[in-house]
Amino acid sequence: MIRTLTAAAFLLIAPLVWAGKMEPAAQSGSAALDARLKRLETELRCLVCQNQTLADSNADLAEDLRREVRELAVSGKSDDEIRGYLVARYGDFVLYNPPVKPTTWLLWFGPFALAVGGAGLWWVILRRRARMATSTPSDSSDTQARGRELLNNDDE
Amino acid sequence: MKSFRWSIPLAIFVVLVAFLWIGLGRDPREVPSPLIGKPAPAFTLAKLHAPNETLSASDLKGKVWLLNVWASWCVSCREEHPLLVQLAKANIVPVFGLNYKDDPQAGRDWLAKNGDPYTASIVDRDGRVGIDYGVYGVPETFLIDKSGTIRYKQIGPITPQALQEKILPLVRELQQ
Repeated sequence: MIRTLTAAAFLLIAPLVWAGKMEPAAQSGSAALDARLKRLETELRCLVCQNQTLADSNADLAEDLRREVRELAVSGKSDDEIRGYLVARYGDFVLYNPPVKPTTWLLWFGPFALAVGGAGLWWVILRRRARMATSTPSDSSDTQARGRELLNNDDE
Repeated sequence: MKSFRWSIPLAIFVVLVAFLWIGLGRDPREVPSPLIGKPAPAFTLAKLHAPNETLSASDLKGKVWLLNVWASWCVSCREEHPLLVQLAKANIVPVFGLNYKDDPQAGRDWLAKNGDPYTASIVDRDGRVGIDYGVYGVPETFLIDKSGTIRYKQIGPITPQALQEKILPLVRELQQ
């Protein structure tokens, strides 16, 4: 019991210790700037560990890029200018939200085109089936006899 | 009509397999650089072996040159290094080194041990020039033409194949 409690206490304290450790690096500037940087960094990809954002990554390069982003922000650059700065160096790949342009049309509109195409195909098939169902002569005694015959054959 | 029916799923399948097959063959770590065809970013940095002297990108106008990003802490740099030493001996194209985020003394020691293929190495201690060149994985190598335009970028170690099939033919073409 005491063991569990101690472990729980450690777990509670650990983030606080971390926060204390991280604070000095992030202390310069106002809270508004920090919030803005945080938001910007979560939209940017770290190129070293490609599935992490700049905000999440501990890679050396991510640290440098965060420093660069901060300096640009402090020098009065807008979010778009900062994004532009990184795109000029690393390409659209740094953006988690890629811009709409001819090379990304397939990426942006492909799923919608597929959905529309699929819906169209579905509609065509349904209509054909409906037409087949209504136009099938089901009451002809000839067909019924033939059906019975087939069923009987099946039993054998 | 009947043959047409099964040809649709088959076509979809073939397209899907083609996409996946191409996707498998691609290295997701190789991000195409937007800098190809653009002027090489300017820099003025101290030389590794002569800290009082600087080298600028503009000093190299009129020359075809390679900029190789390396560091003593970089493991795959060892892989390509013998190739660079060989290339330097052949005297085909000058290779300049960008000593990226490295301790200069460690860099000098590393070159003393492994051979120095560089016409000059310059020191990018805090990695800012590296960022200007879009460096994200050392080693990287840029081929820059006489007008100072980046023409090719090798991400990761230079392989003998890349050197023979891409870099050297392009160097010859650009040197004319």
